[in-house]
Amino acid sequence: MKNHRFRTIVPFLFLLAFLVGCGQQAPQQNDSGVKSHVSQLDTILKRGVIKVGFDTFKPWAMKDKSGKYIGFEIEVAERLAKDMGVKVEFVPTKWSGIIPALLTGKFDIIIGGMSITPQRNLKVNFSLPYEYTGMSVIASKKLASGRTLASEFNNPATTIAVRLGTTAAEVTKNYLPNAKILFFDEESQTIQELLNERVHAVVASNPLPLNLAKEYPEQLYLPFKEDFTREPIAFGIKKGDHDYLNWLNNWVLVTSSTGWLKNRYEYWFYTNDWENQIQ
Amino acid sequence: MFDTRRFFHGTIRFSSLIDTTKYLVVMGCVLWLLTLGTNRLGYNWQWYRIPKYFWTVGEQGVTWGPLVQGLGVTLQITAISMVLMLVIGMATAIFRMTDSWAARGTARTYMELIRNTPLLIQIFFIYFVLAPILGISPFWAAIIALSLFEGAYASEIFRAGITSIDKGQWEAAQGLGMNASATYRYIILPQAFRRVLPPMTSQAVSLVKDSALVSTIAILDLTQQGRMIDAETFLTFEIWFTVAAIYLAVTLALSGVVKILEKRFNGIKP
Repeated sequence: MKNHRFRTIVPFLFLLAFLVGCGQQAPQQNDSGVKSHVSQLDTILKRGVIKVGFDTFKPWAMKDKSGKYIGFEIEVAERLAKDMGVKVEFVPTKWSGIIPALLTGKFDIIIGGMSITPQRNLKVNFSLPYEYTGMSVIASKKLASGRTLASEFNNPATTIAVRLGTTAAEVTKNYLPNAKILFFDEESQTIQELLNERVHAVVASNPLPLNLAKEYPEQLYLPFKEDFTREPIAFGIKKGDHDYLNWLNNWVLVTSSTGWLKNRYEYWFYTNDWENQIQ
Repeated sequence: MFDTRRFFHGTIRFSSLIDTTKYLVVMGCVLWLLTLGTNRLGYNWQWYRIPKYFWTVGEQGVTWGPLVQGLGVTLQITAISMVLMLVIGMATAIFRMTDSWAARGTARTYMELIRNTPLLIQIFFIYFVLAPILGISPFWAAIIALSLFEGAYASEIFRAGITSIDKGQWEAAQGLGMNASATYRYIILPQAFRRVLPPMTSQAVSLVKDSALVSTIAILDLTQQGRMIDAETFLTFEIWFTVAAIYLAVTLALSGVVKILEKRFNGIKP
């Protein structure tokens, strides 16, 4: 009996020792891989395809009637690929797992409306920001009517739903530390909770709150006139690849200077011309 | 005991040597695959950042970290669900064996409905559709969903256990003039209990693991705490290995307790 147990345990110990051992080796191998001047840029050019990681956020990226992806980010990715002279392949990924997926090489770049945060920056490199986004609050008329100040939401009796892993989650923790916060995996679930009148408010990046207020004027309202954050949005790539980062930074500079980025942003965020493509 | 003397004096059989070799080869292959995987990954392991999520020692003494708090919620939910699972399972099993057409039909419908739909959908249905109407809290929505799901499986285990009792036992009880409830209580269930213990253990282990799904309705259980730490720190692999190890420890402990129970019951053979 004991004999068997001993034999079973030993391989597990080996496994454990191995995993711990990896902790010391892996980063070095990673570094040396980059130092040998194989930029991800070359890999993409050789492959002829750039793989783009993103998650669906309206109107950043969403599916149209025929199942094709459309949206601001999709256009940015397509333009980027065109300027690079390669094809684009979209890899839809759950938001909470998007950085690990980038690090393990599931795609070459995150173009997903990702705002720069110091915590994220510890794991990935960011390009220059190509756009800015703001956080806003959308509240239930029945549960939280008449509130216009942040302090009115910042109490333990208030429940707020946010999407896990987004900056909305972090911002809510910072701005409304006393409120009870519920974390969901999908934006649709937070909205469902709000419409079911189970939470007082949802914090999300614009224009989602704006659109929701228009869509459900009977039930929902915008308590604050202005966005309470202004966050830089940038491309996320693996760490330590200067050639690639340099190319992306200059792409942002050039494309901004021609006004193309601003033009597309206004199209997707301030007009409803694209609505008939998805309904 | 590990018999070192026998091991080293060449009295081990040839077949066990071959078995050991095969085992080592398989384990070697697994290790080789893992090495290959982690090398390609180039992942930056940061295990040293994990302990503070268990507990931190401050001026007021030990403060429990999110992982321990999450484990507490998971244990709470599974403990209550386990009791309800046994009650629901037992009731359904007995309903299915009564002469009443209505009771049999209800039990059957419940079982088929639950066993043939995914648990995740059931959790969403109870949380997003039923709970707002009936005013159920998220915590109880999770418990109701879990115990209903596992209860359907438990009922089949109970039924198998009860029907496996020899017909003579029923006849003897009847011969002694016992009614149905007395027969169940004194004759059938004590024997059936011993037989259903092993399959019921795996059902309880399933319950512990399935409870991870309640994290989708924003309950701060172990999985949800893991997801939140992951979302903030991106220590993906370290966190999920740790969370998996905690689940493993809980389920192994559970199996261990049942092993002791089994030994005790087998000592008093009828």
